[in-house]
Amino acid sequence: MLKVAGLCTEYPDERGQIVKAAQDIAFAVPQGQFFTLLGPSGCGKTTTLRSIAGLERPRAGEISVGDRVVYSSSRNIFVAPNRRGFGMVFQSYAIWPHMNVFQNAAFPLQVGDRRFSRKEIQDKVLRVLTAVQLESLADREATKLSGGQQQRLALARALVMEPQLLLLDEPLSNLDAKLRERMRFELKRLQRELRITTVYVTHDQSEALALSHSIAVMNEGRIEQIGTPREIYERPRKQFVADFVGSTNFLDGTVLGRGKPGFFRVRTEVGEVEVLSDEDLRSEDRVVLSVRPEDVDLAEARPEGPNVLEGRVDQKVFLGECVDFQVKLGERILLSRRHPSLRTRIGETIYVQLHPEKCVAFKAA
Amino acid sequence: MRAAMTTAAPSALPRPFDWQWVVIGVCVAFTVYIAVIPLAFLFWQSFFTPQSAARAAEFTFENYTLAYGSSETLRLFWNSMKFALGAASFSFVLGTALAWMNERTNTPFKALFFALSIVPLIIPGILFTVAWILLGSPKIGILNLALQGWFGLEHPPFDVYTLWGMIWVDGLHYSPMAFLLMTAAFRAMDPSLEESATMSGANVFQVLQRVTLKLTWPAILATLLILFVRSIESFEVPALLGLPVGIHVFTSSIYQAVHRYPSQVGLASAYAMALLLITSLGVYFVSRLSGRGNRYATMTGKGFRPRRIDLGSWRWAAAAIFVVYFLFIVVLPFAVLLWSSFQKFYSVPSWQALQNLTLDPYRFIFSYPSLGRSVWNTLILSLGSATVVMLVTSVICWIVVKTRFPGRWLLDGVASLPMVFPGLVLGLAIMIFYLNVDVGIYGTLWIMFIAYVTRFMPYGLRYNTTSMLQIHRELEESAATSGASWATTFRRVIIPLLKPGLVAGWIYVMIVSIRELSSSILLYSPGTEVMSITIWELWENGQYVELSALGVLLILALFMLVLLTQGLATRFGVKE
Repeated sequence: MLKVAGLCTEYPDERGQIVKAAQDIAFAVPQGQFFTLLGPSGCGKTTTLRSIAGLERPRAGEISVGDRVVYSSSRNIFVAPNRRGFGMVFQSYAIWPHMNVFQNAAFPLQVGDRRFSRKEIQDKVLRVLTAVQLESLADREATKLSGGQQQRLALARALVMEPQLLLLDEPLSNLDAKLRERMRFELKRLQRELRITTVYVTHDQSEALALSHSIAVMNEGRIEQIGTPREIYERPRKQFVADFVGSTNFLDGTVLGRGKPGFFRVRTEVGEVEVLSDEDLRSEDRVVLSVRPEDVDLAEARPEGPNVLEGRVDQKVFLGECVDFQVKLGERILLSRRHPSLRTRIGETIYVQLHPEKCVAFKAA
Repeated sequence: MRAAMTTAAPSALPRPFDWQWVVIGVCVAFTVYIAVIPLAFLFWQSFFTPQSAARAAEFTFENYTLAYGSSETLRLFWNSMKFALGAASFSFVLGTALAWMNERTNTPFKALFFALSIVPLIIPGILFTVAWILLGSPKIGILNLALQGWFGLEHPPFDVYTLWGMIWVDGLHYSPMAFLLMTAAFRAMDPSLEESATMSGANVFQVLQRVTLKLTWPAILATLLILFVRSIESFEVPALLGLPVGIHVFTSSIYQAVHRYPSQVGLASAYAMALLLITSLGVYFVSRLSGRGNRYATMTGKGFRPRRIDLGSWRWAAAAIFVVYFLFIVVLPFAVLLWSSFQKFYSVPSWQALQNLTLDPYRFIFSYPSLGRSVWNTLILSLGSATVVMLVTSVICWIVVKTRFPGRWLLDGVASLPMVFPGLVLGLAIMIFYLNVDVGIYGTLWIMFIAYVTRFMPYGLRYNTTSMLQIHRELEESAATSGASWATTFRRVIIPLLKPGLVAGWIYVMIVSIRELSSSILLYSPGTEVMSITIWELWENGQYVELSALGVLLILALFMLVLLTQGLATRFGVKE
């Protein structure tokens, strides 16, 4: 549905220096899918979104929605943002304070090229306000809305013209934690019901994992990896992705040789382990391996199987639903997240098992 | 509050003498004295007949009946309104269009827009007006003569000696101010409010009309009011353009009433009261509006740089508009002064006139008997008033912002009061006061010094308040807990932290003092002329070429000063 190819966007900063905000961005979003651009601030995700919206003019590349090309540098096409017909929700919601709820939501129907009758506008606005549960507040002044209500109104306004594409720029980041979690479910339900193709920008990895059909992790203006939430979390292909999404343990190592297909034997500072890698690794390659804390199994008795190491409990932190153990293996400390039923004391010996399919290795940068 | 602390923790040792109360007391007394008393005398005078050797002043309503009892007054009021509304609307439309072009579109030559912010500082109103007379007068105006020559017109196309001419010159002169105010308004707005309208399908004009202008209306109204107040108290344009052809407004009528023989101070006071009423109402509504504006102060979310609207090939048209505007406001006025400053007698540019270029006007100016004195007076007055204004207002500002003295808001109000005084009204009030209360300063530089300090105190207060608000209370408290006395804390902590604001305000007050005319015109006497008065006198004597020479030198000097201060400002970390 949405296709972005070779997109480069630059702009001059306050001092007039060129910022290469997005470089060589390429991805495709099928009809009805929820696609997320995830990355730290300044990674170019918002610039990419704004380029799709037409609020930024890219330097190169091509953007098309369905059969319609909205931007192409080679064919010199640039469709103005107000003619693209995309819905967009801004981080600040951008609710117009001089209009009430109904007027805010009705605005896109009043200004576009298509003319709607008063009755049509009334029907469409009420339908979309009902969808976001604001129908009872239609006459309220926009400035009298709570944060969550403003957010829903911004969504309603973006949806009222039934756009082909919905663009969301960190829409949940200004809400408090509890509300954010609730809105996450609402947003997901609404998107799945309407089956509207959506591009979502966030720096919050749990939001990205919770909402998306697929995620593009971005860093320094480039896409590092595109995949389903599960792929991104369980099979990161780059150190940056493993580090940015979730928490993880990194170990440096050197490849010793191949194991089963897709697996390699690696010597690390804590001992020899068998690891998984998508890359074509060779002997003596320097690698970094990543293993998630919840995948670091602990046992008081030596378990059966590969990748078992002996260590000592160095610290532990009780977090209610789980306990974080810091286990000392030689000079290295590994973080392990366990069920509170494991009650090994500090200083006691403990066995660590790293399941090979959970140890992901990539070439060291 | 400190007193409460003292009683709560009585000390066995005798407390050293605390300078705090002396400094505060002197500053408060000074403020009340200079801001309130002249106003009271002005009010009082408006009910009395002029005092003369033969007759003592008598109570009367005659000034008011004379001022407001005739249809002449109705015309005066009507003229003032037409002039002020016209000039305010003209400069507003011009300034807003320029601000929008600069902030929201990709018009080329952006760097030139910056120059707009310093133009009003370096070309004083009197020189701007004189320059436009040389450009647009029906008899000698260069623009008129050139257009008549090129197109063979029978009548001169422009005449600055009309109400429209006055509106044109005054509006043009204040348009950079409108530009700055509206730029601030556009910057205060969250750009995503406009972007979301664009994403909703609205085109450039729909966004402008339905979102941008609607949201900035409190700022728009405030800007219009400020411009209106400025125009109604403007003196140079009505005096130079209106008086010769009998178009009277309040300011020029006040000036005439004082300068008539015998001078009718009571009548002038009655006019001044009306003018004061209008400006007070204006300032009151501006302050109401700025409180109101907070409802729409919607700076939230991340400050993404606003999208520049691509005007396409229209941007060259926009640039052309801007270049023409720049010609009108800087290039032509300065060029015409420069041209005439090299002539023996004023003449329009021609081959013949080009042969007769001479440095005589400059020689004349440098040998002008009162020039050295007026430069010296100007320097002393501007340096002195800038220093006193900034120091006194820093204490007032500290009291208002940092303490919990009851009635501190009143002090803020009193110190801001001179904002509503038109320069001419202030000059009149001070003149009346020191004529009646003879402390021996009438006719000296001191009376002008008092006028300048009073007039520019509100500016100093604003600069200091801005930086004072940024000094956290705990910085003072930690100085106090370290054992510093109030005076030491003020000197070692507050003043250094205020420095950027102090320096910026000092510079600003100095520059506006150098250009001051409308208060000085009623207060100067032979020997206490300042530069703007010298220019005024040259104009009255018809010495246009000499005036131009002095004008060129003054503009260059102010330009250097502004450049110098910009350098200073960056060194002291002053923004703006």
